[in-house]
Amino acid sequence: MLPQIAWAAAPAGTDPRAYSGPVWSPYIAGAGIGLLSWLTFYFSDKAIGASSFYASLAGLIGKVVAPRHTASLKYYRDNPPKLDWAIVFIAFTIAGSFLAAWTGGEITNQWLHPMWVARFGDSVALRAVVGFVGGILMAFGARLAGGCTSGHGISGTLQLSVGSWIAITSMFAGGIVSALLMWRV
Amino acid sequence: MKAGKLFGAALFGLLFGFLLQKGGVAKFNVLIGALLLDDWTVVKVMMSAILVGMLGVFTLHWLGKVNLHINPTRIGANIVGGLIFGVGFALLAYCPGTGAAALGQGNWDAILGMLGLIAGSYLYAELSGWLTRTVETWGNKGKLMLPELFHLRRAPFIAGFAVFLILLLGVLKAFPR
Repeated sequence: MLPQIAWAAAPAGTDPRAYSGPVWSPYIAGAGIGLLSWLTFYFSDKAIGASSFYASLAGLIGKVVAPRHTASLKYYRDNPPKLDWAIVFIAFTIAGSFLAAWTGGEITNQWLHPMWVARFGDSVALRAVVGFVGGILMAFGARLAGGCTSGHGISGTLQLSVGSWIAITSMFAGGIVSALLMWRV
Repeated sequence: MKAGKLFGAALFGLLFGFLLQKGGVAKFNVLIGALLLDDWTVVKVMMSAILVGMLGVFTLHWLGKVNLHINPTRIGANIVGGLIFGVGFALLAYCPGTGAAALGQGNWDAILGMLGLIAGSYLYAELSGWLTRTVETWGNKGKLMLPELFHLRRAPFIAGFAVFLILLLGVLKAFPR
């Protein structure tokens, strides 16, 4: 068995491996997602993606709050916001995860993960601000890159798109450096 | 949207969330563990999905049953956008798809991330006119695929790449997480 890569000893309470492991083999779950992509291509003429859910929702909200301004933006001229496939798909992803967690006895019902509390304290406000800013950066980056860890990281890579392999590598590069700075410095 | 399309989106979304959660990638520690290089669950799920997905989707495409949906390669935007995404991923710990799954299993902090994702999408749209004229023109290669990049025919490349992915998954098996 190979040793885990350790950059520095994890500060107390922040070892991410301190849990009992996933319910299903990650190979089975991953192969299932691969199979699912056959179905979305065949039946829906769509590739699996998640980030466009947020872009469509933002456009729908923009259409209500500032309709003329939203209609003037290039992204929404090219992608008119409407109740589309991506919105329904990700809305049901939430439900699917609930069913999986419920049947597996893994409903967490928590605001802060113990690992977060051990490192950054028990302020929900701090977590909210960091998470919100993280979400903003992630959506901006995903739209600029042309997809997220689903659209590029699974659907684009499995179609052997060069840009998707560049994007997912950049995503993990940025994420690994940032996470090590946050958790291990 | 037609009823059939709607039903497909709902059913496939349900399955996607179910598989993400059962695979363990809706968990805060598993996702942060991936970025800290402590937990390889995310990579195992992704590489398995890519292997199975690639073989099936290209077979169906070869049979003329499906269209490919390839995002264009824009090297500058792929790198800059990817790096910005990565910083946000580390801050939130959930990505756009696993964030939805995290919310489903009761990680309420995912809600703030999802609100941020909506805000960030609008921010991109605000700047989209300028970005498409600048960053998104850097290294624009269109719908470029790996076999073309290496000047190989598609079928043998896919066969070789499948072997590579299987070997990679074999190596990953040595990591308990």
